[in-house]
Amino acid sequence: MKHLKILILVINFLLNFNLAHASDLDLRVEQITKNLRCLICQGQSVYDSQSDFAISMKLVVKKKLEEGKEEKQIYEYLKSKYGEWIVYEPELNPNTFLLWSIPLILFIFGGLLIVRKVSIK
Amino acid sequence: MKKNIKFVSILFFLILTFVVMFKGLDVSKDYSNEKLNSKIDFSFTAKKLFNDEIIILEDLFDQNGISVVNIWASWCVPCREEHKFLMNLKNMNIQVIGINYKDASKNAKDFLNLLGNPYSDIIVDKDGTKSIEFGAIGVPETIIINGKTNNIIKKFIGPLNTENVIEIKNLINETS
Repeated sequence: MKHLKILILVINFLLNFNLAHASDLDLRVEQITKNLRCLICQGQSVYDSQSDFAISMKLVVKKKLEEGKEEKQIYEYLKSKYGEWIVYEPELNPNTFLLWSIPLILFIFGGLLIVRKVSIK
Repeated sequence: MKKNIKFVSILFFLILTFVVMFKGLDVSKDYSNEKLNSKIDFSFTAKKLFNDEIIILEDLFDQNGISVVNIWASWCVPCREEHKFLMNLKNMNIQVIGINYKDASKNAKDFLNLLGNPYSDIIVDKDGTKSIEFGAIGVPETIIINGKTNNIIKKFIGPLNTENVIEIKNLINETS
């Protein structure tokens, strides 16, 4: 019984060791594909999706990383192929200025409200 | 006075929200990447479907004119639908380069033997990565490329129809 327990522990340890050893490359692929929109299964990222498109996209990202491309270069490459829509985080440009600035405006506005409330008291 | 400010700011906020939402209605999600001016890098290699020969894509594409590329697979039902229109293109002496997307080569060959082969050349894209270079999201897709600049000038997502065939013909006539 004791031996069995030790064996289970050893097997468990080895399995976990394998998991922790997931390569750096895979982690980077994961990180990048989580920020890519799957164009044919919207609402899912390329990372989450198992569609043909997403599977190929993961391979392309991996290949580009192996070629020594930086994360930013990969985003630029895919944007040139599919448009800005492929990346989840929108760029700051005249079209998205409002999108980026509204949280800031609301933050300042809210701050002012608090300051006023406090100073009235 | 205070009441007025409150009213005006709420009104302003509502109008702003309305304008943003209303503008959003007009935004069409156009997946064709014609406007991106994306340049295709033809320097990669691919295998041909019929003789397993490995070629560089550059050799396949017309450097001075227009190339028509069709991405297809034997398992794709809409590809079967559009097949007769591809044959029409062939009958008009328009060369179509086929990219066989994630397909078993036997099935692909059977498909062409059964329905006819509209392609001047067919390359194999086993894992779908080559189609990404063309900005494709699935099958079938037809892409018109200007060989001088390597730009995509027109893209048809989904099966072709009679109008598309006429459009492709006109595009080729215009540029040549």
